[in-house]
Amino acid sequence: MCRLFALTSRDPISPMLAINALNTMKEGHDGSGVGLCLRGLGGRFEEELQGCPILSGIFTEAGLRRLEQYAMDHGFKSQYSILYTPETEPPEGTPVRGTYAAIAYKVPRGWKDLTPAQQGKKLVEMRLELRKMGEEDGDIMVFSFWPDTIVVKEVGDPLEIGEWLQLGANRNLYARRILAQGRQNTNYAINLYACHPFFIEGVASMTNGENTAFIPIKEYLQSRDVTGYQGYQSDSEVFTHIAHYTTKRLGLDIRAYKHIITPLMDHEMADHPDREFLATLKRSCRKMIIDGPNCVIGTLDDGSMFMVQDRKKLRPGIVGGKDGIYAFSSEVCGIDAVIPDRDRSKDFQPMHLDTVIVGPDCKEIETCSQKDQLPRQL
Amino acid sequence: MLTERPITPSTLGVKDLNWQIEWDKNLCTQCGRCTSVCPVNAIELGVFRKREIKTPASLMKKAENEYTVFYGIRQKTDPAYACIGCSMCNMVCPNNAIGPKREEGSTTQKFHNDRGGNPRTRGGRRNSGESLLDQIKFMRISMLTDPALDAGRHEFRLNTLLGRVQSPEESLKTYSEHGWKPPVREIYPLVIGGMSFGAMSPNMWEGLQMGVAYLNEELNMPVRISTGEGGCPPRLLRSRFLKYVILQIASGYFGWDEIIHAIPEMKVDPCAIEIKYGQGAKPGDGGLLMWYKVNKLIAAIRGVPERVSLPSPPTHQTQYSIEESVAKMIQSMSMAWGFRVPVYPKISASSTSLAVLNNLTRNPYAAGLAIDGEDGGTGAAYNVSMNHMGHPIASNLRDCYNALVVTGKQNELPLIAGGGIGKSGNLAANAAALIMLGASAVQVGKYVMQAGAGCLGSEKDRCNVCNIGVCPKGITSQDPRLYRRLDPEKVAERVVDFYLSFDTEIKKIIAPLGRSTSLPIGMSDALGISDRDAADRLGIKYVV
Repeated sequence: MCRLFALTSRDPISPMLAINALNTMKEGHDGSGVGLCLRGLGGRFEEELQGCPILSGIFTEAGLRRLEQYAMDHGFKSQYSILYTPETEPPEGTPVRGTYAAIAYKVPRGWKDLTPAQQGKKLVEMRLELRKMGEEDGDIMVFSFWPDTIVVKEVGDPLEIGEWLQLGANRNLYARRILAQGRQNTNYAINLYACHPFFIEGVASMTNGENTAFIPIKEYLQSRDVTGYQGYQSDSEVFTHIAHYTTKRLGLDIRAYKHIITPLMDHEMADHPDREFLATLKRSCRKMIIDGPNCVIGTLDDGSMFMVQDRKKLRPGIVGGKDGIYAFSSEVCGIDAVIPDRDRSKDFQPMHLDTVIVGPDCKEIETCSQKDQLPRQL
Repeated sequence: MLTERPITPSTLGVKDLNWQIEWDKNLCTQCGRCTSVCPVNAIELGVFRKREIKTPASLMKKAENEYTVFYGIRQKTDPAYACIGCSMCNMVCPNNAIGPKREEGSTTQKFHNDRGGNPRTRGGRRNSGESLLDQIKFMRISMLTDPALDAGRHEFRLNTLLGRVQSPEESLKTYSEHGWKPPVREIYPLVIGGMSFGAMSPNMWEGLQMGVAYLNEELNMPVRISTGEGGCPPRLLRSRFLKYVILQIASGYFGWDEIIHAIPEMKVDPCAIEIKYGQGAKPGDGGLLMWYKVNKLIAAIRGVPERVSLPSPPTHQTQYSIEESVAKMIQSMSMAWGFRVPVYPKISASSTSLAVLNNLTRNPYAAGLAIDGEDGGTGAAYNVSMNHMGHPIASNLRDCYNALVVTGKQNELPLIAGGGIGKSGNLAANAAALIMLGASAVQVGKYVMQAGAGCLGSEKDRCNVCNIGVCPKGITSQDPRLYRRLDPEKVAERVVDFYLSFDTEIKKIIAPLGRSTSLPIGMSDALGISDRDAADRLGIKYVV
């Protein structure tokens, strides 16, 4: 089972903190892959490049040249880039791929007239186009293309990869929201794109466990006519898309996410203040019910971070921290490694009805039960 | 018996018959029960003369003939009275002295089932033991759900939805604008399919309704039963139990008057309205209630004269085309109950199922589509229709589900699959396979008769006399002398028993697949089959 660790902090912090936390949970993952999603970036990305979409991925030399040409053809000008081509031997099991890149672009002038939604759609289209270009020759691998977002993925042990890529060395890579996963490869082949976290239009999430309802949910999402609902190298990729669908397409609060993926039983809903809304949601979103067992940790465009469990609550998950920094982890030892001086009595392990949210201000843990009244959604 | 029996083309010997009566003279007490119970008069009391030659010990005396007479059972060889293998004779025999045995070697009787130039008609379903559904395995066993789910102790949600489900965007819009929302029922995914009040005996019907009511009210399982064509008893229409009933209206409109008249007095709405356009056992063909069964009660409910055969025409004056008919009937039935009741058509699985489905997806009032495959049963049909017509349910359902997936309406229009589920007794496995191929619910008729009432019909041409009202168990007979044999209480008990065991078995199937919080509709990755063509056709895994 994969191990998950996420940090949300008021000040930018090093991604190595999260990777070190993953290392404390090493017994739980076989190190067959690592994924990192950095948002709320510090350094130059914050100071000079606000709003510039950042392309993250891995490129061969030929791939970089093709990317340059592609960006030029689309009127994109590179503003700043972090390019790292390791010269040392990669850790065992990691292939030599080329250059790991995060490139911030200035969008063409014509884009200014587009609405944010239109801009988002175009960015997704470009990411998918680049990914497709790369799939032909294997020279381009793209994980995200969005402002204030860097995604790193690689096959191998998280700590070894982190050190090999010198992730802690560049202060421009410090971020306020960090999602990190140590992969336990299970029933699917090892594939770089299958590494968590997954990202789409400002929504990122990662999951441990197994999604047994994968095929029906995948088929349902693919038929929603949303650009970007594709790929699905991992059975958990659908969780990110459901969160995206909930918040962006349906315009609902993240608290509704839990009601979509694990709706209440009818008798539990009977005396709920929002029973009519919940019944509507349960019926129409029935195809997105997950059967787990899963713990999902994610972050949204507004900088909030959340954790939910499947209905069976068969996967571990704990949230703890102190004012200014909070950690979401599969195991408590992960939090101990990063925030040892917190008040442990305030640690919270969400159960089958709970959603845990820590807002962008990183002030406190907000817990909500599915039995609670929802904020007005519509 | 004549001393010189004429031998004609249609003269058959006992060995030519499909079923032969084996009778043991030594065990027989000659009580006569077997001959009186035989539904087709295949056996009669016989007087037999026996000659014995007595040879004396010496040569002086000549041998003598000694004639004796004894009484026994004689099997008729006229194909019109051929034994149907129902074994009722054995069931009533106090000494187990008699019973039918199947003759595997002879096919002669088949060629003589056309007396008077009339092809054979019968009830039952396709006489073929093969079942693709039985070949499907469940194989995406989840070994990561640790601890494994336990079918006996874990919380499961098996209910499904019947009715038009709006897409998330539409439903939220309807909710915020307080608009009209299509009626949706939460039901148990195993529905008792349409078997009409005319086809069934009153005792069978009562038993089924009692069983369904018990399951709902005592066991909290929202089981639903379709009435089949031909109306519904007035008392049921006006009772609170109507909510467990899916009223079926067919192209013949039989019984519709009775239903319309009851609408103002209905205490509750029916669960749904099913418009029958076809059934899997005889696709494109009309329903047929033969005159034997149209007694006073049935005639009154259907609004027809007594003792006339009632073919329900597949086309009707008001039905110019299937598209128009589906649209009009759905509209008018919805209107009859103030758009509070889901209305959906039932069609035979055929190459045109997709056309009907496409039609329905654009009709906001269409509440689903029931598809009946070739292995479905019927109370009366021509043998040739039952054995040689129709479309297997698995691929037809899969095509329909995939068509919905392409348009993104797979949750919106529920598909109800029927036809051959539990044909070999594997009710839960067959139902689960169809659900994973895309059915929101499945319907069974014949299985209910077999398990719930002890129907003797099999896939080896056993019994199958449902059409002529002589059902030896009293299930499909309107003759009180026969249906008194069936105890409604016992039927209800059996219905409850098999529903409860189905419930356990289906949990035993889906729990190892890691599913418990929603019915695994369309979970095709869990299915495998050792037939490559079938695997390709259904889009499931090929495993050997």
